[in-house]
Amino acid sequence: MSATDGTRTIRVRELARVEGEAALKISVRGGRVQEAQLNIFEPPRFFEALLRGRQFAEAPDITARICGICPVAYQMSAVQAIEQALAVEIPPPIRALRRLLYCGEWIESHGLHVYLLHAPDFLGYQGAIEMARDHRAAVQRGLKLKQTGNRVLTTLGGREIHPVNVRVGGFYKLPSNSALRELVQPLREAREAALETVRWVAGFEFPDCERDYEFVALQADGEYPIDQGRIVSSSGLDLPADRFDEHFVEEQVRHSTALHGRRRDGQSYLVGPLARYSLNHDRLWPLARKAAEDAGLGPVCRNPYRSIIVRGIELVQACDEALAIIEQWERPAQPAVPVAARAATGYGCTEAPRGLLYHRYRLARDGSIEDALIVPPTSQNQPTIERDLEIFANDWLDLADEPLRWRCEQAVRNYDPCISCATHFLRLEVDRG
Amino acid sequence: MDEAAPGALRLVIGLGNRDRGDDAAGLLVAEALRSQLPPDVRVFSGGNDPAALVGQLTGAEAAWIVDAASGQAAAGTVTRFDVSEAALPALHRTVSSHGLGLPAALELARSLGQLPRRCIVYTVAAQDFAPGSPLSPPVAAALPGLVRRLAAELDPVAVSAGDA
Repeated sequence: MSATDGTRTIRVRELARVEGEAALKISVRGGRVQEAQLNIFEPPRFFEALLRGRQFAEAPDITARICGICPVAYQMSAVQAIEQALAVEIPPPIRALRRLLYCGEWIESHGLHVYLLHAPDFLGYQGAIEMARDHRAAVQRGLKLKQTGNRVLTTLGGREIHPVNVRVGGFYKLPSNSALRELVQPLREAREAALETVRWVAGFEFPDCERDYEFVALQADGEYPIDQGRIVSSSGLDLPADRFDEHFVEEQVRHSTALHGRRRDGQSYLVGPLARYSLNHDRLWPLARKAAEDAGLGPVCRNPYRSIIVRGIELVQACDEALAIIEQWERPAQPAVPVAARAATGYGCTEAPRGLLYHRYRLARDGSIEDALIVPPTSQNQPTIERDLEIFANDWLDLADEPLRWRCEQAVRNYDPCISCATHFLRLEVDRG
Repeated sequence: MDEAAPGALRLVIGLGNRDRGDDAAGLLVAEALRSQLPPDVRVFSGGNDPAALVGQLTGAEAAWIVDAASGQAAAGTVTRFDVSEAALPALHRTVSSHGLGLPAALELARSLGQLPRRCIVYTVAAQDFAPGSPLSPPVAAALPGLVRRLAAELDPVAVSAGDA
């Protein structure tokens, strides 16, 4: 700290346990946090430009490559948008299978984040390797959950990372009935593990900090939002996916190659487990709702640290739903419905594990993609993450740099930020004088 | 010679991605060994999620893991690491734990008490990980020797009898 002007700058040059690469800069002036900047330096990933000129059928496989941990989310938002553009109606058994695949991704992603990335923060370990020495059974439970999610992805998607079986109109190939039945026992065990997860994380100590977030999530009749729904917010927004652009915008900031999502009125907002849960608590199934109640979580949760409990509750929901889908599924005659190209624009919104994921495609008459827009959850959450840090870090300024850095990292990890998903676009402006 | 107890599980695990040039090395070595090893040795072609490796190692008495590595060594260089006691050097540093690397996966297994009593890692220095490309010539040239070396390490009696 500078003795003369009370200025202190904390830099976390490499943020561990988040996907991709990022750094964080907090500037303190006169004893107060002046600014927090989440600085992303992973090279931007130009997926939107890469899609231009490609056929619509390629979009699910190209966009799946944006993220290794939530490829299904990208596939699902892509096919939903393109199917809307091409006026394709997806039969209920195909939709059910897609939701099952998505449940697998939630189980895999939440299992990974809760146990290997987030829990070490609460228990005072550098990471999962150190935590595993003292909490062997818990880490084994987390790995087993992740493996079960992987298994769902392999059965339905052809492989556990970057699945290849989703197509516009349905799937390339349906899983055999016996392959689906083989998922039942692991999913039953995963559901028990998920309940145990909620009990375990509910016992952690949480900082007493709540924020007045503007929650934004999907909402659908009679179901917890995963693969479809209208966009709703805690301030009363209620729109279909095709009106996303009217209310939300991405803007470039100097310190990051990832765009920042905001409402058009400039307000930041929050997507992800806290928003989904708080806007859809009444749509949880009884088992997950009971788990929330037993964990002492009310119908709305505004403490970002408690997002680890919400992820546990969503694990319960995803396992429960996956089992019900398998039990009730009736095999359709064909794995996909016919799709015909036409000139149109389509919009898709689904709930990635980290939150709302919006895709928009403009298609030419021959089915080639003229324009694509992809707004990932971490882009939308970045202004909120920075605001959290600006507020919370004021209480930590008495700490030495190392423990302060650790607190800040934990605050960022509350959002399970997928930085590699967020750095997907860069507008290039060349001044040629 | 590996003196495993009767009935003890021995594993060979090849890691990698067969569509990424030299990254296929571990998978190809595992496949080549499949028909050459005694029946008590289980051979896995692991995927590209090292976190899954922790589960595969569970209950094994001994394991041999083969993977391609990027690094300073000349392409095709084979290196043997005994990780039974000491950690694998961080050959590929990563800040992304969503993509848990092999060194981290092995250390997680060690912390969980799931690392086999004997655990050997063979790496093949790679030259080219480009999607869709074949093995580079130096890596392709190195693999038959590595297969023989592993076969001898896992079943020395059969190999010496075959040589006689």
